[in-house]
Amino acid sequence: MSWWSRVANVFRGDRLNREIAEEFELHVEEAIATGRDESEARRALGTHVRHREEGHQTRVIGWLDSLRADVIFGWRQLKRNRVTSAAAILSLALAIGACTSAFRLMDALLWRPLPVAHADRLYDIWRETAINGAPYRYDSWAYPSYQLMRDAVKDHAQLLAVSPAERTDLTYGSDDDMEKAHVQYVSGSMFGAFGLRPALGRLLDENDDRVPKASPYAVLSYDYWQRRFGRDPKVIGRSLRIGSDLYQIVGVVDLPFTGTDPGTLTDVFLPIMMNPLVTRKDAAWMRTLAIVHPGVALGPLTAKMSAISLAFETERAKSFKDLPNSIMTAILSEKLTMIPAGAGVSELQDQYRRALGVIGVLVALVLLIACANVANLMTAQAATRAQEMALRVSIGAGRLRLVRMVLTESVMMAVLASLLAAAFAWWSAPLVVSMINPPDDPARLMLPGDWRVLGFGLLLVVVVVLLFGLAPALRASAVKPVNALKGGEDPHGRRRGMYVMIGAQVAFCFVVVFIAGLFVTTFQRLAHKPLGFEPENLLLLDTVAQREQPASVWDQAVEGLRGVSGVEDAALCAAPLLGGNSWNNFISINGAPPGPIVSHFLEVSPDWIRTMRMPLIDGRDFRNGDTTPGAAIVNETFAKTFFHGENPVGKTFARESRTVHYQIVGMVRDAPYRSLREPTLPVAFIPRHEIDASGVVQGSTEGTFVVRTEGAAPTALASLLRQRIHQEHPELRVSNIRTQMELVRDQTIRERLLAMLAVFFAGVALLLAGIGLYGVLHYSVLQRQREFGIRIALGARIANIARLVTSEVFAMVIAGGAVGLVLGLLAAKYIQSLLYGVKGNDPATLIMPVLVLLAAAAFSALPAVLRAARVDPAKMLRAE
Amino acid sequence: MKKPDALQGSLDLLVLKILERRPRTHGYGIMTAVKDASDDLLRIEEGSLYPALYRMEEAGWIRAEWIKNDTGRRARVYELTAAGRKQLGLEESRWHAATAAINQVLRTV
Repeated sequence: MSWWSRVANVFRGDRLNREIAEEFELHVEEAIATGRDESEARRALGTHVRHREEGHQTRVIGWLDSLRADVIFGWRQLKRNRVTSAAAILSLALAIGACTSAFRLMDALLWRPLPVAHADRLYDIWRETAINGAPYRYDSWAYPSYQLMRDAVKDHAQLLAVSPAERTDLTYGSDDDMEKAHVQYVSGSMFGAFGLRPALGRLLDENDDRVPKASPYAVLSYDYWQRRFGRDPKVIGRSLRIGSDLYQIVGVVDLPFTGTDPGTLTDVFLPIMMNPLVTRKDAAWMRTLAIVHPGVALGPLTAKMSAISLAFETERAKSFKDLPNSIMTAILSEKLTMIPAGAGVSELQDQYRRALGVIGVLVALVLLIACANVANLMTAQAATRAQEMALRVSIGAGRLRLVRMVLTESVMMAVLASLLAAAFAWWSAPLVVSMINPPDDPARLMLPGDWRVLGFGLLLVVVVVLLFGLAPALRASAVKPVNALKGGEDPHGRRRGMYVMIGAQVAFCFVVVFIAGLFVTTFQRLAHKPLGFEPENLLLLDTVAQREQPASVWDQAVEGLRGVSGVEDAALCAAPLLGGNSWNNFISINGAPPGPIVSHFLEVSPDWIRTMRMPLIDGRDFRNGDTTPGAAIVNETFAKTFFHGENPVGKTFARESRTVHYQIVGMVRDAPYRSLREPTLPVAFIPRHEIDASGVVQGSTEGTFVVRTEGAAPTALASLLRQRIHQEHPELRVSNIRTQMELVRDQTIRERLLAMLAVFFAGVALLLAGIGLYGVLHYSVLQRQREFGIRIALGARIANIARLVTSEVFAMVIAGGAVGLVLGLLAAKYIQSLLYGVKGNDPATLIMPVLVLLAAAAFSALPAVLRAARVDPAKMLRAE
Repeated sequence: MKKPDALQGSLDLLVLKILERRPRTHGYGIMTAVKDASDDLLRIEEGSLYPALYRMEEAGWIRAEWIKNDTGRRARVYELTAAGRKQLGLEESRWHAATAAINQVLRTV
């Protein structure tokens, strides 16, 4: 009989029994036919039942049969305690789902190998150095330096150049049809090295890596081909334009490759040779990836590349003038390291590695709290079933059999919970991804539900069952029939176990609430940080021109915008504040060599300061006729940094190795330049009108119009203003419209997300711990009813009873809280880099979670205390 | 799995031997065949026949099948499998070895 037919037998027990009976009947009939007495024949055959049992036992797998019985029995148990079972399953589902979701995110962003050949041998090459003793590392390279390294180590590793995927304006038709897509410049040889195949057409290859500007070809990603072109095969041969460069689409790269930047799905791959920066020695803008050949040691390889890089930088440094010594030392003492990059490399990884880790820990703690709850629930239920268990033991059930019976119930709960959890994880992971990065350009991650996720989920269920199911099962099966039938074993032992669980819950809960508090404070500090300008009602119109436009065109456009009704003020700048752009340079004061601190710069038109409502502390705003070089307005930090806090108005400085000179005409209040988090940078605002050596004002291809509107919603004017600019100056095209408020808000996306998730899980943790505490107290009151009745009959007051009910549990709450405090302080150290304006060991931040926990504990204890106090001795003793 | 004792061993041997000679025999038939072949000297306990049959079926030595017998009634008949044939050889040689040993003891004492 095959294993399968035996398994099948489990589920057709009735038929099997009938068959055995039929076989016996035939036997008896034949016996009678040979003249034997029927009753004698039946006796000789033995009892029907015994045969049936033995027949059935051998013909099915015994354990499977009893498993079926356990499942049915377990289901009945779950149904009998419908509300508690549902609560347990829901809390487990939420916790398991959140854990799985966190795992999906972390896996997709940080761990999952890229779907390319040799991902296990893929490295990202970093440079490490120290500036004035502070460690500094980066992984951007100049292409010529990459080329030298590539050729030198080609026998040991294949080096690939890839740029970060950037959101870029491109068009398949006229300028009016501009759209955005994520463009990544890559080595043509990358496709072959990664073993990628085209879904259509051809991919790029080594030939596209030879000559700059010689390979105007584009390869689309499958996802983009599907989204943008509905998988139209006629896309091959079409051309797309970025700025003034035309590219011909030659192919589509097959799934599942979506680029090397987790967090961004690349839409268009272009040959790296087509990027204008490839010939620049002074621009570090791309990453160098290495596929190391099998068996090659990393040490010598790194040393070889380090030597080449150093030679390159040394050569380059000869042309440096006025570079501060500390920076020069830093550049010339760079060491290379190879960091495994099998999962890809992106800035998003660095930004979110720790944040996701913290969220992962929070949800794991919530899961532990939920498990403790269910364990306590099972223990309490086991207590009410002690008599049943005792009965089972006395009629011969083995201990293992009982453990299995109780565990089956746990497994069923866990399985039901994990089904719900899968649905929750399915829904929540993409939701969280969509909240990373600004809403108009959200992060995109591949989140397949494959064996990695499934395996993690299964592992989680097993761990969860062991966590909450094993102890109660062992305890339930260890029942001594004599004790149980006598009317109860030692009830305190059981309660003590539950109290320990309560202590653990409180500890974990404290950590979660504490960390949530830190994140909320961080978000609030950042969101309410004084800005130094008024971001409300400011519309930003990023505008580009295909050819350089004279300054007068841009100035007229500003005047045109001022004339639109609903516009209060307008100005022009090179880029908006907090928009992600930054430009810095060393500066020289009074002709001295520049120091190690850089100043940041921003080109603005007259009245920009007024439009931004940036308070002018001294001096004046720019006027028509101010030029760069010429006049500058600086912020307070600039004055503090370079002029020791003296009033800088009237003083001078120079940049670009003392060749470009400025006189300071005004000083404004500090305002964040590129980030809310960092300390304010020294910033010099300089006129947008740049003159060349002969004093001629230069034109420009791009700028951002800043418009202060009168209405409450600046976006209401957006399309009108866009049209207005294009009508009056057809050569100008608005490529992107944002509000300054959006940029300010985008600064706190990670903090908002962390605060939101942490508060949500803190709420869940508090709720679960509260329910747990309530349940345990309720149970202990039920158990000690007799005692309370007697005490009340003897004159105990409500205060005494309350103390009796709560003292032990509250001791555990305090102990748990103390442990949680220590854990929280340790955790706060680890997450300090995620915090802003708040310290983990600040007493103020510790008081809040303590109060919240105490309030929750008191609230959860109240019903049990009331119930204990209301025990009616007469009624209770009569019931005994 | 329980170790087959001597008695069970001989029961298995008898049943397997009968089924080798007369494939597709039902339970009662096996019993009477043993009785007839041993001139009424050996008798299989009816109470242990069927558990033995189910056990051997589970072990894969014999397989069962429902057929219609001459009288038109459904009967469950058994036959040897390849594994059963091997087992029979094993049991037979074990039996011979055992009886030879016993005989030797009887002779030398």
